[in-house]
Amino acid sequence: MVALLNRPWIWSFVGAAVVFIGALAITGGQGAGGMVTAAFSLALFMVVVGTGQMFVITLGPGNVDLSLPANIGLASAVAMKVMDGNDVLVPLGIAAALGSGLVIGIFNYLLIWALRIPPIIATLSASFIIQSVDISYGRGLQIKPPPGFADFTNWQVPVGGVGVPVMAVVVILFSIGAAIVLQRTVYGRSVLAIGQNIRAAWLAGVRVERVRFLTYALCGLLGGLSGALLAGYFRGASVDIGNEYLLASIAVVVIGGTSVAGGKANIPGLWGAALFLVVLQIMLNSYHISAGVRLVITGLVIIGVIVAAGGPKAAR
Amino acid sequence: MTSAAASTPSRARFNPRRAIRAALPAVSLALILIAIAYLNPRAMSYLGFSLMLNLAIPIALATIAQMFVIAVNDLDLSIGTFVGFVGCVTATYLNDEPALGVLILLGSIGIYALLGALIYVRDLPSIVVTLGMSFVWAGLAILVLPRPGGRAPEWLSTIMGLKPPFVPFPIVAAVVIAVVVHIGLMRTSYGAILRGAGGNPVAIRRAGWSLLKTKVVAFSLAGLFGVLSGLALIGNTTSADANIGNGYTLLSIAGVILGGGEFVGGRVSPIGAVIGALTLALAANSLLQFMHIPPDWQVAANGAILIIVLAARALLTRRESL
Repeated sequence: MVALLNRPWIWSFVGAAVVFIGALAITGGQGAGGMVTAAFSLALFMVVVGTGQMFVITLGPGNVDLSLPANIGLASAVAMKVMDGNDVLVPLGIAAALGSGLVIGIFNYLLIWALRIPPIIATLSASFIIQSVDISYGRGLQIKPPPGFADFTNWQVPVGGVGVPVMAVVVILFSIGAAIVLQRTVYGRSVLAIGQNIRAAWLAGVRVERVRFLTYALCGLLGGLSGALLAGYFRGASVDIGNEYLLASIAVVVIGGTSVAGGKANIPGLWGAALFLVVLQIMLNSYHISAGVRLVITGLVIIGVIVAAGGPKAAR
Repeated sequence: MTSAAASTPSRARFNPRRAIRAALPAVSLALILIAIAYLNPRAMSYLGFSLMLNLAIPIALATIAQMFVIAVNDLDLSIGTFVGFVGCVTATYLNDEPALGVLILLGSIGIYALLGALIYVRDLPSIVVTLGMSFVWAGLAILVLPRPGGRAPEWLSTIMGLKPPFVPFPIVAAVVIAVVVHIGLMRTSYGAILRGAGGNPVAIRRAGWSLLKTKVVAFSLAGLFGVLSGLALIGNTTSADANIGNGYTLLSIAGVILGGGEFVGGRVSPIGAVIGALTLALAANSLLQFMHIPPDWQVAANGAILIIVLAARALLTRRESL
């Protein structure tokens, strides 16, 4: 139990559980199943985006991808345009979205590597350019997803009265895969090593630049994937479909127990933090309180969790 | 800069590359001005500068606020929504009940001070704490002013509308801000301690200075300049909107870096930050407008300008380090 409590990620799950119980207290226990379904359906996007951001942040101080919202927006438009409302073209559309994300990731890395721009500014500048591309590419078009794709992203299998979102199951499997990559592959260990001490990693023979390249490319790729999935789930692409994922991707990573100083990553925490944030939103919505109060509470809760989790000093 | 010169006497000689690098923020500003002069000569007038640079003053103040936070190795992701909050308070309470308005603004600086203390005492990542605060300020702004509107206090509009002889007000204001902060941070002993807390905190602590105090001072100054930024903004626009400052977070970070600052190590430059903010403000509005860039691509042009200036700086730095 003590060992469990020392795990940084446990706090995000504790937070999610507390908020969930709080939400149920309001409704008097009504709608618990629906709430779980809704929470998982929305949390999975945060987890996919957050996984990419986590790998980037783990590379060490200063590494962060601010181009994710623009990336997601563009990929959603690319996917919907290529699919063209036709179920047959779904695989092609997803491939196109992945390709768009991958190109953005590589572009980010090239800015960072070739021009030696700090990643924050490089990805920020890139996001400006991507936004413009997206605006001029998908302007004014409300592109609907093919019916089959929209149904798949919204597909729920009833298990014991609770709808289990199929995509959430897929993303849980994806998270297990990501954890294996992080902990059991040369690439994953290299990311951790670079985050702990880039010079030591280099001296130990880690091919630092190649790992950094792969990481930014991976993050871009995952951004592209979420763009396509979000467009399916919300039944349409839009320029600002990814806007909330700038803050959310960073928040789930850090609340989930990953160190912003780098070198320490945590996959289970991503799920805890994502569920926590989503359930919090659902609970605040069910209170019917004003947008202002909702924002203030969300902010205070994020700070409260990070203070309770004790920050890097306690975890070290 | 002085410490580097002292530790390596050979560097004390005039180093042309170093000089170019130090001058780069000014050079990029000059290039933008030349481009604007070429595209629209009429802009190079008293009125032209007043109009083009009016919105640069709040950006410059927000950039200075961000610079104090970056000086102690932290990052403030809430400065934009904070400026928006201050703007809303300015256009409502400060106008209707000045005493209460002043109290709220002083209180908000106090919250900044508390954040600095909290971040130091609990060793928290500033990115997350300020991320949370960005929600708090945004929420409070909406509560203060649910719909765009309000009115700037008379005296504030008067100050921002000053017309000094020969030199337009925004230029005078920018010079005053740059010089005052430069003297405070670069030329006083406590300024050196502040930068030292970012450069080598262990050394500063061993020398008997309180790191808690440096964080609190840096964050309070950030709060103070954030308030000034909000005041200047409302003095210009005369009414407020809860989202009015949202773009300032990223602008302020870009301005600090453009002005020669670095994310870690307490290496910041107040004069550079002000120049960086002016460059961004001019590039973002006036230059693109005069170049007739289609609205779709204006944001991209902003990104491209940032990339070009930073790439030039990086190339010069690389040569120097080799």
